[in-house]
Amino acid sequence: MCVTCGCSDDADVTLTHFHGEEVGSSKTEAIPGQGISSDVTHEHTHTLPDGTVVTHTHPGHTNHPHVHYAHTAHPHTHLAHPEFHHSGNETSHGGGNGHGHGAIATLSNGAQLHAQMHGTTLALEQNILAKNDRIAAENRGWLKGRNTLALNLVSSPGAGKTTLLVRTICDLREELPISVIEGDQATTHDANRIRETGCSVVQINTGTGCHLEAAMVERGLQQLNPPLNSVVMIENVGNLVCPALFDLGERAKVVILSVTEGEDKPIKYPHMFRASEIMILTKIDLLPYVPFDVEQCIQYARQVNPRIRVFQVSAKTGEGLEPWYGWLRAMNLSREY
Amino acid sequence: MHELGITQNIVAIALEHSQGAKVRRITLEIGKLAAILPDAIQFCFDICAQGTDLADAQLEILEIPGLARCRHCGEDVPLDQPFGVCRCGSCDLEVIQGQELNIKQLELETVCV
Repeated sequence: MCVTCGCSDDADVTLTHFHGEEVGSSKTEAIPGQGISSDVTHEHTHTLPDGTVVTHTHPGHTNHPHVHYAHTAHPHTHLAHPEFHHSGNETSHGGGNGHGHGAIATLSNGAQLHAQMHGTTLALEQNILAKNDRIAAENRGWLKGRNTLALNLVSSPGAGKTTLLVRTICDLREELPISVIEGDQATTHDANRIRETGCSVVQINTGTGCHLEAAMVERGLQQLNPPLNSVVMIENVGNLVCPALFDLGERAKVVILSVTEGEDKPIKYPHMFRASEIMILTKIDLLPYVPFDVEQCIQYARQVNPRIRVFQVSAKTGEGLEPWYGWLRAMNLSREY
Repeated sequence: MHELGITQNIVAIALEHSQGAKVRRITLEIGKLAAILPDAIQFCFDICAQGTDLADAQLEILEIPGLARCRHCGEDVPLDQPFGVCRCGSCDLEVIQGQELNIKQLELETVCV
């Protein structure tokens, strides 16, 4: 697998695109891995967080283009790179061996220099999620270029993400063009609900995956092709654990918690509430019937994330929605990424 | 459950760097606040490494303790979960250590011809 772009991953991800204006016709495309088959030569352009643009092609996936092994005090080249295939900064990579940025190779034991078998220690210091973070940075740049606000909606299953989304799309139809990327392990049920509002939606089925990753969203955005100056809502897989770890390139995470759940969810799943900019308490029309302590819940959320903003809404009755819409409008006008 | 995907990433990154050499040992740094269970990584590693140059590799996991700095008073606050309370009473903590998720190093077996 290419750790730069994630192609030829073996997750069973599928992607279905519904066009709001083309009700009745849907295009289904099965994606092996995250869409790009490993035996096809393909070119990528990556925009790194520091603004560097790297274009490279993949004939296969034997090399990583960004780390080079330098051998110190060793006459043999065991790890010489047969080829480097990126065209973005060729000037610094003429030969393909013995130079490094980031990785250093040292011999574990100088006395074994000429032994038949010896160990070489590679200091990598590489973030395991670097691939995802890099693609998320590209997504963020892509969205910024289109002046498009993307939000990552996260919650446990059944908290009411889709219901809130449908209501929001309908209420703001005249002022905010919204399109949607739906993430679920299986079915296109949620995408169908969104599609009934007339809005453009792409369904990503993650198969066995328990969260969306940046590469899936990259493909989703290409399919969705949202208009300039619009809003993209990314509805993540219902899960309060893993989606906290995976940046998708969104401007903010929005965590949704329903009053039919426990008020201690923020301290039970602190990573998610810490990663989120706002918390929306949904189904507040049910408060008279459930033992949910709103104040305690907000206190827990602030304990985990003192900066979190809280909205209390009922997508069914419409109560409390206006402050959430106000936040959306303000975010949409804000140019801060 | 996300540890399986993360372990696949670990194996993929290691294989890209090992370039066909057998890996003797792989060292990871996992912060206590990284939402990653080292035991689960260990379990998944044995499965993911099967049939690869990592199959016989020893997996070493260095756990990095959690540490935050209070944004209110500047005091360092040790953490074993991603939130806490400073002695000054503030919950506004900036996590400065414990979120690591890195491959620190690989030890390769190489033949000297």
